[in-house]
Amino acid sequence: MEHLILPLVIFFPSIGALLLLLVPERQADTIRGVSLIVSFVTMLLSFAVYYWFDPVASGMQFELNQLWIASVGINFHLGIDGISLLLIVLTTILTVLCILSSWRSVTKGVKGFHISMLVLATGMIGVFCALDLFLFYIFWEVMLIPMYFIIGIWGGPRKIYAAIKFVLFTMIGSLLMLVALIYIYFEFHSLTGEYSFDLLQIMSMQVPYQAQLWLFAAFALAFAIKVPLFPFHTWLPDAHVEAPTAGSVILAGVLLKMGTYGFIRICMPLFPEATIAYLPYICILSIIAIIYGALVSMVQKDIKSLVAFSSVSHMGFVMLGLFALNQNGVEGSVMQMINHGVSTGALFLLVGMIYERRHTRMIADFGGLAKVMPAFSVFFMIVTLSSIGLPLTNGFVGEFLILLGAFKANVVYGIVAASGVILAACYMLWMYQRVVFGKVTNAQNEKLSDLSPREKLILVPIVVLIFWIGIYPKPFFERIEPAVKDVLTKINGARLSSADDGQDAAQMFIDESKEISTVVIDEGVTADE
Amino acid sequence: MVDYVSSLSIDFSLIYPEITLLLGASLILLSVFSRQLGALAPGIGVVTLVLALGFTAAQWGDQKAGFAGMVTCDDFGTMFKGIFTVASFLTLLIAHRYMKVRGIDKPEFYALILVSTVGMMVMANSTDLIVMFLGLEIMSIPLYVMAGFNRRSLESNESAIKYFIMGAFASAFLLMGIAFIFGAAETTNLRRIAADFSYIAGHFGVYLYAGIALIVVGFGFKVAAVPFHSWVPDVYQGAPTPVTAFFSVAPKAAGFAAMLRIFVYGMAGADALTELFWILAVLTMSVGNILALRQDNVKRMLAYSSISHAGYIIIALVVGGSDAVSAAIFYLVAYTLFNLGAFAIVTHLECRSGCKSDLPELSGLAGTNPYLSVALGLFMFALAGFPPTVGFFAKFYLFAAAVKAGFVSLVVIAVLNSFVSVYYYLRVVKACFFDSPSAKPLTPIRMVPSILIVVIVTAVGTLGLGFFPQRLLELSQAAIFAFL
Repeated sequence: MEHLILPLVIFFPSIGALLLLLVPERQADTIRGVSLIVSFVTMLLSFAVYYWFDPVASGMQFELNQLWIASVGINFHLGIDGISLLLIVLTTILTVLCILSSWRSVTKGVKGFHISMLVLATGMIGVFCALDLFLFYIFWEVMLIPMYFIIGIWGGPRKIYAAIKFVLFTMIGSLLMLVALIYIYFEFHSLTGEYSFDLLQIMSMQVPYQAQLWLFAAFALAFAIKVPLFPFHTWLPDAHVEAPTAGSVILAGVLLKMGTYGFIRICMPLFPEATIAYLPYICILSIIAIIYGALVSMVQKDIKSLVAFSSVSHMGFVMLGLFALNQNGVEGSVMQMINHGVSTGALFLLVGMIYERRHTRMIADFGGLAKVMPAFSVFFMIVTLSSIGLPLTNGFVGEFLILLGAFKANVVYGIVAASGVILAACYMLWMYQRVVFGKVTNAQNEKLSDLSPREKLILVPIVVLIFWIGIYPKPFFERIEPAVKDVLTKINGARLSSADDGQDAAQMFIDESKEISTVVIDEGVTADE
Repeated sequence: MVDYVSSLSIDFSLIYPEITLLLGASLILLSVFSRQLGALAPGIGVVTLVLALGFTAAQWGDQKAGFAGMVTCDDFGTMFKGIFTVASFLTLLIAHRYMKVRGIDKPEFYALILVSTVGMMVMANSTDLIVMFLGLEIMSIPLYVMAGFNRRSLESNESAIKYFIMGAFASAFLLMGIAFIFGAAETTNLRRIAADFSYIAGHFGVYLYAGIALIVVGFGFKVAAVPFHSWVPDVYQGAPTPVTAFFSVAPKAAGFAAMLRIFVYGMAGADALTELFWILAVLTMSVGNILALRQDNVKRMLAYSSISHAGYIIIALVVGGSDAVSAAIFYLVAYTLFNLGAFAIVTHLECRSGCKSDLPELSGLAGTNPYLSVALGLFMFALAGFPPTVGFFAKFYLFAAAVKAGFVSLVVIAVLNSFVSVYYYLRVVKACFFDSPSAKPLTPIRMVPSILIVVIVTAVGTLGLGFFPQRLLELSQAAIFAFL
């Protein structure tokens, strides 16, 4: 059972999608019901994975390794560690919430919408489980197609432009990744005489430094577009704003994480020397993203695009934490991936709820919602505060660790990035104030109905998660820790060896790592004595 | 090694598939005299092709030569013969309804398809340049007629004349090239050229290379490589749609079969071939893709897309070696499947009166024909090379062969090209799914079993081989054995 649970979680939504094909288009509620049940069962399955997951063990768990395309050495290799585990659980929870949230807002092409959502779930969970680079690539691309349809068919006024832009941006990155992938495949062959795409096997190989620089660039481009890192972010506002609520939630909640996940799962362990060489550039781009995203958010008139740009800023934090390359920073940024999925997902859900009532998202059209929609305002408040990173909410835990890690790695980065937190408070609270507080200025807002039980049902689990992670994050950190340690050991090993070989990686790291290596050598000597 | 005694013998078992097809074609031509018998023509065609496929399958694994070393039977040729038969079979199924609707359902059409297939088989099978040329002509002349089969349509006539004049010109180039090579090598037999290649290249290099260049021009025309592609859009758009479908796969595959046999097996030692094909590949895929971007007619778009796909396959000629050959074969099989699938749907839509396959005519198709739109979308994603379709795996396998041989920059160019192609394939998907139906929609028509079979077979193949490419991969790896 244990090794079959992952394929079950991955393909259960797709089986559900096949089931949906049999339901006639007219029975919209049956379609919604079936798809809700399927996604709910998937969520329960992912909880089972969480329950059976051994928090202290390092390495991959629930591994399944099956020959797939034998003649080229492609395996159906699945397995998860703590990082993947949390992201899978996040994905399945958000999928359920998204299907619930689309109950009333998606009325045309209900069948197609739910089939797309379920296939999308398969693609996303698959990305987080794949341990074969070829398989990873397949899942990575597969989720593009349903997302393209979700934005293009059920999106807003400029949906077609947004959908095509989204696909083209993702494609250019992933195609270059494909070339890099094939290159590694033959590099591995020339070193070991074996054809394999297996991530764990390839990880044990030492890629030549010059090749690492190119390969890292190719993979990093694909992932950076997905994150999105600053100058590759231009697809994001369009896609987020035009997508239907469910699409935005999945985009912000899960798809962006696939980029950062790619960095931590593939780029960093496979190309440790290149990671160190590119580190300053990526850190600077992350910091630009933090500040730029925040400043642009501040001037948005549309709540949805404000949330979209705030994602650029938050994902900048995640990237900075990853590339701080120390336990605090990386753990914080993995945690922040989850937090951002929860908080920003919730913000998009809330925006969707008032959009359904008023058919506008302009901040100026609202004001005084606290009086007419008290429950909505409370939920909105909690989510806003968690997005800012108030202590006791989830956002604080992640951002604090990231900043701690950044300060340890480089004080300047830390200081500049910390200003992003202040800016976040500015744009979020200002927006909240204009939407919720004050007098009801617009007559149309006076008759708005407060949240329905269904909508409350969507938001309650999110609030629970916000406080759970904010107050007692230990179970999550426990599971992340061994995985993060594995990655960092690999990178620190590279720092040592790069100092030994005297390669011209970034000078500052050489100096730093020489100190470390002397320490290690000294220790070795004392141990011998 | 080479058993000349047996190779001199006249061994009809080498050409059973060809004989079957010719007999079938003759039967159809005889049936022209009676209206009742004429109605049987498609049936005869189908039966003949099935028989031919059976004979071809029976040849799998045989390695023989005969007819004074002019014809061989090897897995390389047999694989290609299989591709041609399947392509003709699917085309025949697509064509039947269309020809009826357009009032051009003449028995001769089916005979022409069969004869053209014979020509392709001869091309793939022969190890002699002259016999290859014969095959090319047997293939091409029926194609010229098929292009102009809708004789009341001005475009169809234009298409036929354009194709004929350009084709004749290309044949002349090819023949001239063969003559030069004969001058240098004193033989047209590829086996003997391959055996003495270094001697010939050393002593008569000028004639040899002039000959090679002319042969590349001749076959470049047939596979629609840039800069010999200018006939493609008009011919594809003007010809009856099922004929276009046939053009885009079968003669292309035949051209590649001949080129692979000549250049990868016969003249592997030639200098500058790599550079020549490198330029040809880059030009072909880039020009094809860039020109496809602005096409508003689906047939024209598919015409340019077929040029760019030829460009990808030329990569196999650049790389050479067994990996590249099996990748090219895999690619051609995959391309035949999804391209014919796309054309089947376009043909079905064109059975409506007044439909010219312009993009706006597709708008809102998902509302009226959801399953057909999903299938069309699937074929477009396959053409663009998205996983999990076989289109992705075909590209992956081809690019992998090139990276393995060290042609990383070529692969990067190819990958950027497939990026560009995503845009125009998605335009079709966009029209079907995102655009609202046009003001005066065309009258919907009923699906007929023959086209439905093609769509189902190709769709299942496109997806199924995408998930489980292992069998086809083994076949194409086995098919690299060419008996020279």
